[in-house]
Amino acid sequence: MGRAVNSEAGRFKPGDRVTVRREDRAGHIRTPWYIRGKTGRIERVYGAFLNPESLAYGRDGLPKRTLYLVAFSQGDVWERYLGSEDKLLVDIYEHWLDPAT
Amino acid sequence: MARGHHDVGGLSGAGQIDQSEHQLSDWEILADAVNQALGARGIKRTDEMRRAREEMDSKTYHDMTYYERWIASIETILIEKNILTKDEIDRRLAEFEKEWGEP
Repeated sequence: MGRAVNSEAGRFKPGDRVTVRREDRAGHIRTPWYIRGKTGRIERVYGAFLNPESLAYGRDGLPKRTLYLVAFSQGDVWERYLGSEDKLLVDIYEHWLDPAT
Repeated sequence: MARGHHDVGGLSGAGQIDQSEHQLSDWEILADAVNQALGARGIKRTDEMRRAREEMDSKTYHDMTYYERWIASIETILIEKNILTKDEIDRRLAEFEKEWGEP
């Protein structure tokens, strides 16, 4: 578990189970299509960063958003995954995550 | 809405990844230099470049090579920010073509 890049704490902590929002909207979005709707665990809290969804349009990127490294089981992501224990790690901003139910 | 033309993770049929080294053309190195200079001056950000590529029509996006997409994105952003006009770019391009021939 690496150190955070900056000290701003977010809503989630390492180990928390989270589900990625299944949103489909226009704009510059960093959350890959294939991971939307999937559930994983917070692996690492990177800290707070300017929001690329705003920066992409020449705006100021505020408020900052907490960025996480989220770990998913490959078997939860791909329908016919034949491996076993492998994890998939994805950087996801907090506003794309909900607590897993 | 549907997934964007850039967001292809997990799609089948992508084929093998070409991992061979390839020589960059002079214009591609220049594209990188222009990109870095505009970034260093605070004129554009990587997020804007990505957005410009994502908003191209899909045919244009797929027809372009990697650095062609960069150049097109830089052009879009410079026009958006009123730093250059489309006319100025096209006029200069016509001059280059006259001097050096068609690309």
